[in-house]
Amino acid sequence: MIPLSHYLVLSGLLFGIGAAGVLLRRNALVVLMSLELMMNGVNVSLVAFSSYLHSLDGWILVFFVIAVSAAEVGIGLALLLVLFAQRGTIQVDRFNLLKW
Amino acid sequence: MEAVLFYSFAGISVVGGVLMTTRKNPVYSAVYLVLTLVAVAGLFILLNAQFLAAIQVAVYAGAIVVLFLFVIMLLNLKGADLIEARPPGLTSVAGLAVLVLLVEMVLVGGLGRLTGPLGEFTPQRLEAVGNTQAIGQALFSKFLLPFEVISLVLLVAMVGAVVLDSHRRAAEAGAEGASSTPQQAVAEGPAA
Repeated sequence: MIPLSHYLVLSGLLFGIGAAGVLLRRNALVVLMSLELMMNGVNVSLVAFSSYLHSLDGWILVFFVIAVSAAEVGIGLALLLVLFAQRGTIQVDRFNLLKW
Repeated sequence: MEAVLFYSFAGISVVGGVLMTTRKNPVYSAVYLVLTLVAVAGLFILLNAQFLAAIQVAVYAGAIVVLFLFVIMLLNLKGADLIEARPPGLTSVAGLAVLVLLVEMVLVGGLGRLTGPLGEFTPQRLEAVGNTQAIGQALFSKFLLPFEVISLVLLVAMVGAVVLDSHRRAAEAGAEGASSTPQQAVAEGPAA
């Protein structure tokens, strides 16, 4: 029986790797994909807790996280297409219209 | 046996995640994302959540990553667009922040003191009732309001995507007008 802590460490690792991708990559597509990786880390933690505590609530929350993630990716990519049409680039540090 | 499966799925997901965040070409990143997602689905099956594993593969790997690939192909980025110039010092600051986050999470999660009250869905009960039926019953009784709200969220996302597409067409038409003749650009400026 794998101890719960192993699953939580894996969840933390996935979340951290996704966070590194969000912070360090300039390509907006890879940033969005790293965001998905972070959400998967959270899902692993939720399912692990739910299975080890003999409950369904974690699974239902994962259901909703997946649905929200799908909606967010759809809108995010549509926004990215508009940005690309207007600015001609998808490097996140070029989107600096609000700076001095 | 379970340990072998866990460590292989976990290793594949972590390696896939690291490879995904480091590839220059976003298509390679999308492929490694699929690898990570399928490995996480394997972990869900190990945790006795077969319905969630199927949903993970069908929605995440089957729809979301396909959407990513559509957009990547639509953007059609060439070599110059793929070069990423980072501000100096960003790598060290962000790396330090992520390292602190990782150490904290591994310490908190790995100490093994996180626990809670046990529920009623033991693996035997789940096997008797059926994974899908149990989730369905919970979804339509205890979690009915979030279920209806999530359908609204998806509706808003669909409408938003269509609206944003009209903005994209307007932006593209404006860009084409600006590149064709300067007089047309002046005329189209306030209208766009």
